[in-house]
Parts: sequence; structure tokens; C-alpha cells
Amino acid sequence: MKRIDEIIARPLLAAIAFSALASLLLIAVFILKEGLPFMARIGFRDFLGSSDWQPQEGHFGIFPMIVASLGVTLGAMAIGAPLGIAGAIFLCEFVPRPVMRTVKPAIELLAGIPSVVFGFLGVMVLAPLVRTHFGGPGLSLLTAAIILGIMVLPTVTSISADAIMAVPGAFREGALALGATRWQSVYMVILKAARSGIIASVILAMGRAIGETMAVIMVAGNTVRVPHSALDPVCTLTAKIAMEMASASGLHRQSLFAIGVVLFVVIMILNALAMTAIRSRKGASS
Amino acid sequence: MNTMLKVSALLMVAFLCAVGCGGRKEAVTLAGSTAFQPFAEKLADQYMSQHPGATVSVQGGGSTVGIQSALQGTVQIGMADLVQLPADAKTLTATVVARDGVAIIVHPSNAITNLTTDQVRDIFNGKITNWKMVGGADHSITVVSREAGSGTRSSFEQIVGGVHLSASALVQDSNGTIRETVANDPNAMGYLSHGLLNKNIRDVPVDGFACTTANVSGGRYKLVRPVFFLTRSDVSSAARDFMAFVLSDVGQEQIRKDGLLSAK
Repeated sequence: MKRIDEIIARPLLAAIAFSALASLLLIAVFILKEGLPFMARIGFRDFLGSSDWQPQEGHFGIFPMIVASLGVTLGAMAIGAPLGIAGAIFLCEFVPRPVMRTVKPAIELLAGIPSVVFGFLGVMVLAPLVRTHFGGPGLSLLTAAIILGIMVLPTVTSISADAIMAVPGAFREGALALGATRWQSVYMVILKAARSGIIASVILAMGRAIGETMAVIMVAGNTVRVPHSALDPVCTLTAKIAMEMASASGLHRQSLFAIGVVLFVVIMILNALAMTAIRSRKGASS
Repeated sequence: MNTMLKVSALLMVAFLCAVGCGGRKEAVTLAGSTAFQPFAEKLADQYMSQHPGATVSVQGGGSTVGIQSALQGTVQIGMADLVQLPADAKTLTATVVARDGVAIIVHPSNAITNLTTDQVRDIFNGKITNWKMVGGADHSITVVSREAGSGTRSSFEQIVGGVHLSASALVQDSNGTIRETVANDPNAMGYLSHGLLNKNIRDVPVDGFACTTANVSGGRYKLVRPVFFLTRSDVSSAARDFMAFVLSDVGQEQIRKDGLLSAK
């Protein structure tokens, strides 16, 4: 006679696992159900390619917002990725282990700061600085990229550091035994071995940057126009949804779901790339 | 395994109790205008201190959110500060609880002394792009506006008339963030609820009249809108009591003290 917990454990766990999957599927289905008919009605080319966003007049062109989201994300990675990877290398290779064990959790703590706090600092401190030293209104693509870069920094550092630490000690010792200096062993051997983990960290950070809403609303200026320079105000896809969802109705509301579909697709692609990168790491080192 | 089950069962029960606790007393919920929100919160605090056991909670979201939430029954009272309510609000009962002026604000270092309504319209439309064209310094104007569903924006655009917001205008999502943006940028210009003016920004007289309580109640300052409380016919008695309090002499006096105009 089986014990009661043996009998209920498996179906219970299956139910819990399936409910998590089901909620993800339901979200995807709901967004697609609301957004795809709209996109088909307006036409993909008009929706994705036009720069005219006037919901009251029936014009729904999101091209400036796609440019803004991509620009802000690439800018954030240009700032966050080099700093994050350099930080990870320094922590793993050039400081004693006890120091690394104290500093790494402190950097991971940065990831816990709410995004609205970053946005607040951006409005009060960074935007006036950008305006005084670079020009423009201060609330701009550049300001948003800098704030997002700082926000994704802990993600990049943490995951890259894990990847670098996972490189077997034998690689390090072999390189040093063959006469390489510390730095040479880092960039010639260890970085190459940890490459797919580092790439995965960058792609995951991109996913976070492209989905960030609160901080971006506060510092980007929210002007729906293709930016001519990094100092122009921009409106990302996420900011547009957040600002207009509460008061939109009818076709306008469906257009916001359609923007959600675009974001969903982009993030799915980024996650698939990250998974491929991680899998290839496992394949290469086995 | 056993202790884990016991702890998680305990947490579940505690969670369900906490969830159940809030809804027992009849709570009054308000949502809508971000311009009136701080004043509604003060009135709510006053009401709750005088009537222990009552719960009044206030949210923002903008006037359009206030109308939609009241229509759908998500909240009991929708707050909207529009000059003219839209057609779908016709089924709701609209009660004027206060009046509010819309001030044109600039940075304190901006020395501009007056703007005509036409100049205000041209600046927001993007036709006037430099402060020197209206008598100020030689700097480009940074226009700051509210988002599309805002009551402050609708009122402003309806009273000034003919406003098609310039493509290069910044957009912020509440009165508070507009105030912060203008306070931090010497070249910015925006609009703000009269009740939220403070020392960090300067209000510019329009057509010769500043946005003061005297000028607004005297009818000399033209950018004025009423603040409505919108309710469905099936509104709860607790909400009716709160509305009566806001309309009472005590409530109206508090509104006047906080810097808005009373309903009468």
C-alpha cells in the first residue's frame, strides 16, 4: 500500500507546473487575440513602417517607437555590457576570492533597486547634467540609455562572472604554465572559453532593457518622433503602452495590444538566441 | 517534509485572512484626475479621522481613467477635471466639488512678464519656437505637455482652442512630473493645475491676469475648469456620505485652504 504523499505528490506537482505554463500561454494567446486582428486590419507595412501616430485620426504608425526602443536598448548595452564584463573579469581574475565574495553580492543588490528610483534619479540629477553639458532638453535617448545601462549592469556582471568562474582551473593553469601573463591568459583562453555564457548575459540584459517601462517614461521625454540625434526626446514601445492604456478605447486600445505583440515577438527572439548561446556552451565544453 | 507542509499551510491561511480582512468594511474608492488627487487625499484623511471605521482610498490615473472606472464600477467615485464631459459620461451623475485654474508655468529664472492666448496657442503648436519671439532670451522653447487622456490637457486645449500639439513637445504623465520637468529646465514651458503651484516654478500671466484665486473666482483669468465627482446611480451610501462631507462647509473650507476654489 503506497503512502498518501507518494500518491498525491506527482499529480500535485504536475498541476502546479502546468498552471505556470498555462498562465504564460494564456497571456500570449490574449495578447495575440487582441493585437493580431488589428495588425492585419491596418496592414503590417503601415503599422510598422509609418511615422504617423495620431490615434484620434486613425493613424497608427509605430516606426518612431521601434527606432526608440532599439536605440535605447543598443545604447544601454553599449554602456552596460563593457562595464559589466570588465567588472566580471576584474572580480574573478584580479581580486582575491574573499573580496570577490563580498563585492559580487553587493553588485547583485543593485538589481534589486526599483526602477522608479532610477527614473527619479534620472529626472533630478542626470537629465539636467545632460542638458548643461550636451544640450537638448535633457530628457532624451542618451539619458534613457545611460539609466538603462546602469540598470542592466548587475545582470551582465553576475552572469558573466558565473560563466568565467565555470571555466575549469586547468585552462588557467595550462595557459600560465605555457608562459602567458595573467592578462594574456584572461583574454586569450578564459574569455574564449566563457564566451557563450558572456553572450547569454548580454542578450538577457537586452531583454530586460527593451522591456523596461517606468524609468524610461520618466527620463526619455516621450515625444513620438524619429530621433535625429541622441539628445532628442524619444518614446519607446513600452512607454507608449503604459501612458495610453488607461485612457484608450476601441481601435486605439487594440493598437496598444498590437504594440504588445511586437514587444512579445522581439523578446521571444532574444530569449531564443540566449538559449542557443547557452546550449552551444554546454556542447563545446563537453 | 512535515514542517514544510505545516509552514506553507500556515502561510496560506495567514494570506487568505489578510486578503479577507480588507473588504469587510464598506470602502469608498476614488480614481481619476491627478490634479485633484492630492486634495482628495487630504479630504480623505480628514474624513477618516472624523469617522473612524470608514475607509477612503484615492488613486490617480488621469480624468479619462476616472470616467472609465466610474462607468465600469471599478471605483465608486470618478474624479474628472474637464471643461466639458465626454458623451459616454452622460449616464453618470456629475457633481461639481471644486474649481481649478490651469496656470502656464515656466522656470523661475525666465523673466517673461505676459503671454497672450494666441502666443500660448502658437507656442504649443510649434509655431513660436524661441523665447525671443515673445520677448524673452534667445533660447529655444521646450514645450511640456500631458498625455492624451489627461483632464488638465483637455481643459487647456479646449479653452485655448485650436491646439495641435507640436511634434517635438515632451510628454509627461502627471501634473507632478510636469512641475519637476519645468523646475529643472530654464527653457521649458508647461501647464499645471493652480492648486499645485509652488516656489520651484513661476506662473506666467495670460492676457494680463495671473492665475491667482482672486482672478479665477472673479472670472478675469480664463483658463478655469470644474472638478467633477462622477457617480453611477447605484453608488454606495458610504460614498454618498463622503461626497456630502466634501460638499459641506468643512470640506469646502479645506479645499479653499489647500489652494483650490470651492464649488460655489
